[in-house]
Amino acid sequence: MAKRSIRAGVGSAVSFGAKLVVAAPYLWLLGFFLVPFLIVLKISLSETAIAQPPYTPVLDFSAGFRSVRDFVAGLSFANYITIADDHLYILSYLKSLKVAAVSTAILLLCGVPLAYAMARAPRPVRPLLVTLIVLPFWTSFLIRIYAWINILQHDGLLNRSLIWLGLIDQPITWLATDTAVYIGLIYSYLPFMVLPLYASLEKLDETLLEAAADLGCPRWKAFFVITIPLALPGLGAGALLCFIPIVGEFVIPDLLGGSDSVMIGQTLWTEFFADKDWPVASAIAVVLVVLLVIPIVVYQHLQTRDIEGRR
Amino acid sequence: MRRMSFTNLSALVLGLAFLYAPIAILIVYSFNASRLVTVWGGWSIRWYAALLEDRAMIDAALASLGIALVSAALATVLGTLAALALTRFRFHGRLPFSAMVYAPLVMPEVITGLSLLLLFVAIDLDRGFFTVIIAHTTLTMCFVTIIVQSRLANFDRSLEEAAMDLGCPPGRTFCAITLPLIMPAVTAGFLLAFSLSLDDLVIASFTTGPGATTLPIRIYSEVRLGVKPEINAVCTVFIAVVTAAVVAASLIGKSRNRQRRPLLAS
Repeated sequence: MAKRSIRAGVGSAVSFGAKLVVAAPYLWLLGFFLVPFLIVLKISLSETAIAQPPYTPVLDFSAGFRSVRDFVAGLSFANYITIADDHLYILSYLKSLKVAAVSTAILLLCGVPLAYAMARAPRPVRPLLVTLIVLPFWTSFLIRIYAWINILQHDGLLNRSLIWLGLIDQPITWLATDTAVYIGLIYSYLPFMVLPLYASLEKLDETLLEAAADLGCPRWKAFFVITIPLALPGLGAGALLCFIPIVGEFVIPDLLGGSDSVMIGQTLWTEFFADKDWPVASAIAVVLVVLLVIPIVVYQHLQTRDIEGRR
Repeated sequence: MRRMSFTNLSALVLGLAFLYAPIAILIVYSFNASRLVTVWGGWSIRWYAALLEDRAMIDAALASLGIALVSAALATVLGTLAALALTRFRFHGRLPFSAMVYAPLVMPEVITGLSLLLLFVAIDLDRGFFTVIIAHTTLTMCFVTIIVQSRLANFDRSLEEAAMDLGCPPGRTFCAITLPLIMPAVTAGFLLAFSLSLDDLVIASFTTGPGATTLPIRIYSEVRLGVKPEINAVCTVFIAVVTAAVVAASLIGKSRNRQRRPLLAS
């Protein structure tokens, strides 16, 4: 029996050590992940107070049951109503979802050929290719975005190359546009898309493709009929790994995007740092989490259905 | 072995060029003699010399290194314990525990940062180095857990059982058998935690306080004002340090593997 019950030897040294192994990370995560999130939830339901910190005090247990009753009575959905009423917030959410959906689609279009080429490369060079894809991930995220500012600025390398090639006469404004945001997102998230895709394409049984070819199926058709359906788990994982963080992205739209339409991460940031409206910032965060949980639940549901379907 | 088709080869070349060209351009322009960032004025290291004079930038780099070292060490210990807990033990609340381990992976940074800041304000903790370390430990320990867990999952437990059968106490078995065997994963976890902490801007911005400006916060405030040759130089140094660490880590991993192979073969 490989798994040992933690309660097997109560009182013995084994159980004390085992308890410590579980308790230390458990307590850390409770204290610094779950509790903070509950505080966000609480503050999103409290009204803005004039005093510092800018929200009404957290639950005080010292007064017993009455304090709990007052606490519940003090909860209000005012901040959520503020969000729902204001076009600015709704547009921000929609913009984030749109940007995430479009860039995930582009990432799929770029990632599939790249991952496919990696999976079809000679076996000895494959680990090297994986390292080459992962390596940029190790260099700073901020630096990679900054590198693009260098290239995309008004008299940057891209405009000068295009003029030199004679494709354009006047420099094009790249920075502070949605195009720049998409370039930055695709650049930063490409490894997250390619790696899960590669993992599922690499396991693909090549004899299936040979059989299709023997039966007269053209290669492009075999790609869509055999390769893509078999790579679906990798496609799903890659899409989810890109879509979710992109919805909450802050740095890329802030540095490369314009100020006319902002994503929800930027709205939260401004609400918090510039307007100092903590309750509304918290409400934005709670709604965002709810929005992001939906695709995860759908994906998990599809996966379990897929596994059960195979049995 | 079949040769690669032309389309596959060009997909690879284009993809890798897209990934590496911006970084290469950045590095080349950090050696540009001209103050104008877009005009090439010959090779020079004047921006690196200017960097040595920039006290604020050096302080930020030192702060970042300190925070990254401490938080990566903490995250490695906690993350390894969490991986052991998830692979070795059944206990009450295992499901919420694993949910909490994986949640920070997909949680947008703005939310993690916001929630930790609100916690620090609620318990009236002064913000600074200490709070950024707590925040980074929370963020990075889940990455350590995932790496170590995958190592523990395909781990031959017969060696551990042999040691225990011969009367070795569990604590000593862990130190003498388990830890050396999972060490490559633990090292990789530490390095990943270190580089994630060094890189983080958003969570650090929320949880930092006076006197604890990290390098990304400093670079970010400069970058918002536009491209500067000094920033190109800082970024190049940053890339060089991280690349050296990654190469060192992979070499250590390789030499360890080489040492172990005859032992396993015998």
